[in-house]
Amino acid sequence: MIRYYLDFEKPLQELYQEIERLRELADTNKEYRVDIKKMEKKLAKQQREIFNNLTPWQRTQLARHPDRPYCNDYAKLMLDDFIPLHGDRCFAEDSSIVGGLGRMDGLSIVLLGHQKGRDTKQKIAHNFGMPHPEGYRKALRLMRLAEKFNKPVITLIDTPGAYPGLGAEERGQSGAIAINLREMFRLKVPIIAVVTGEGGSGGALALGVADKVLMLEHSIYSVISPESCAAILWRNSSKAKDAAEPLKLTAKDAYKLKIIDEIAPEPPCGAHHDHKAVAKILRRVILNNLEELRQFSVDELLSARYTKYRRIGQLDE
Amino acid sequence: MSWFRKKKFPKKNVADKRVNIPEGLWIKCNNCKEIIYKKEVERNCDICPKCNYHFRIGARKRLELIYDNGQYEEFDTHLRPKDPLGFKDVVKYRDRLRDYQERTGLWDALIRAAGTVDDYKIIICAFEFSFMGGSMASVVGEKLSRGMERAALEKVPFMSIASSGGARMQEGLISLMQMAKTSAATIKLEEAGVPFISLLTDPTMGGVSASFAMLGDIIIAEPKALIGFAGPRVIEQTRGQTLPEGFQRAEFLLEHGMIDMIVSRKELRNKLIGILNYFQNRLK
Ligand SMILES: [Zn+2]
Repeated sequence: MIRYYLDFEKPLQELYQEIERLRELADTNKEYRVDIKKMEKKLAKQQREIFNNLTPWQRTQLARHPDRPYCNDYAKLMLDDFIPLHGDRCFAEDSSIVGGLGRMDGLSIVLLGHQKGRDTKQKIAHNFGMPHPEGYRKALRLMRLAEKFNKPVITLIDTPGAYPGLGAEERGQSGAIAINLREMFRLKVPIIAVVTGEGGSGGALALGVADKVLMLEHSIYSVISPESCAAILWRNSSKAKDAAEPLKLTAKDAYKLKIIDEIAPEPPCGAHHDHKAVAKILRRVILNNLEELRQFSVDELLSARYTKYRRIGQLDE
Repeated sequence: MSWFRKKKFPKKNVADKRVNIPEGLWIKCNNCKEIIYKKEVERNCDICPKCNYHFRIGARKRLELIYDNGQYEEFDTHLRPKDPLGFKDVVKYRDRLRDYQERTGLWDALIRAAGTVDDYKIIICAFEFSFMGGSMASVVGEKLSRGMERAALEKVPFMSIASSGGARMQEGLISLMQMAKTSAATIKLEEAGVPFISLLTDPTMGGVSASFAMLGDIIIAEPKALIGFAGPRVIEQTRGQTLPEGFQRAEFLLEHGMIDMIVSRKELRNKLIGILNYFQNRLK
């Protein structure tokens, strides 16, 4: 159950806990069920008030919520079975991106995604979801595997960004991202990319070139983190809250800008509150999109993918 | 805007002291700190005669140094940036744009040109660093894509000259997506069988280095150019210690196998002719 509460979630915390306690009592005393119903109503009202009026900064916090499901959670909840694969066959295994073979509703797919890690040990093991070049090269290897056996690719995006480090630069972080961007345009199988949490800049886009790009309701997608943007433009990283506004990083904004194709709804209090529910929604949405993409030939798919990105840009002529 | 039309080839490209050679007869080299006579530097392709430091130069100057007789035709001069997000930090994006447009005589941070180099036709897209740090947003991405598509169509070589801090924050996700768009356009060059020469100059960072610029068939860098994904200051903060000397410089990239060669600005045109000779199979 939910463990960590953001400031604006605090009013819900007490209600959640009360309902939990009452549920236990209701197992032996059925009268309490009425009280639970009442409280649930109150909770729903509070939820609507809070979640319908989130600021971009609050959404950023939600997108980074430590209880939000990560790629491995989705793999467990959305797939019938999952066989993780490792390594870039070149330098190292980079666990900030996980991936492997899976089946969704009986359909074979390759799933790939950033993995942040929940406790300190996991976070370090997954490098907080910040890939080195090996991560992107592994991702490309798995995409090519998918292509070879004609399986669609599903990517789940949730990263603060590509790792800014000495080794990453030495081993060609830029080149690794650039190559993924290009190669995803010629991958001869359908690609669906879903921003599930934090879509952090180029490090996110390197898994994000797709026939269908979706965002979960409370995820964000941005050219730069609000903190870094604030540090540059406001010369003060604590102005991140202000920077989150003009960056237009919410799912609604991305949809309005025609950067993404669809917003996948989250359960009433966010994905972090109900992993099972969000996985169920996402699974349905992905299957629907796969069904739609199946109608296209490879040539149609690739030329539509090119056009989709080619038209992005707003200018006066 | 009438100022724009008249100032098609502005005399002094920029007044931004950080990025260009400042006013006055004498200048101090950013690298060796020597005081040098400015004309000496200008006559030397804006390279320090004492230490070979390559000063940052504007897009026009670059094109003039490369094309035959310094002449070229310009395309997409009518493409102008908009403000798709209505972006405002301490300054409005619209105001920033106007300011840079007035200072540089350009609508945005890239010039798309065509002309000949030793009689070979070549399309070149050159970044103007003094326009918002050469950042890539809608106009830059569009001009690059058109340049590449045109080169593919006409079957002429394509060259990009990068000088950029990366994707432009003020156009948000639209800027980010230019990385995908321009990387995709390189496939058109490949399919048409035309060579793509990518020149990386100081600096080539972030979204520009992590997209088309690193996808050249031949990647050339200028000496000591800063090239990388993350900025050195960010890396230093993450590491909690200073970075080794020469980190993310052209020489570092060559050593690590990321680029083909480092070519001095003075040698570039000749080197380019050699490459074009090879691809066009002309014996000289
Ligand atoms: Zn010098």
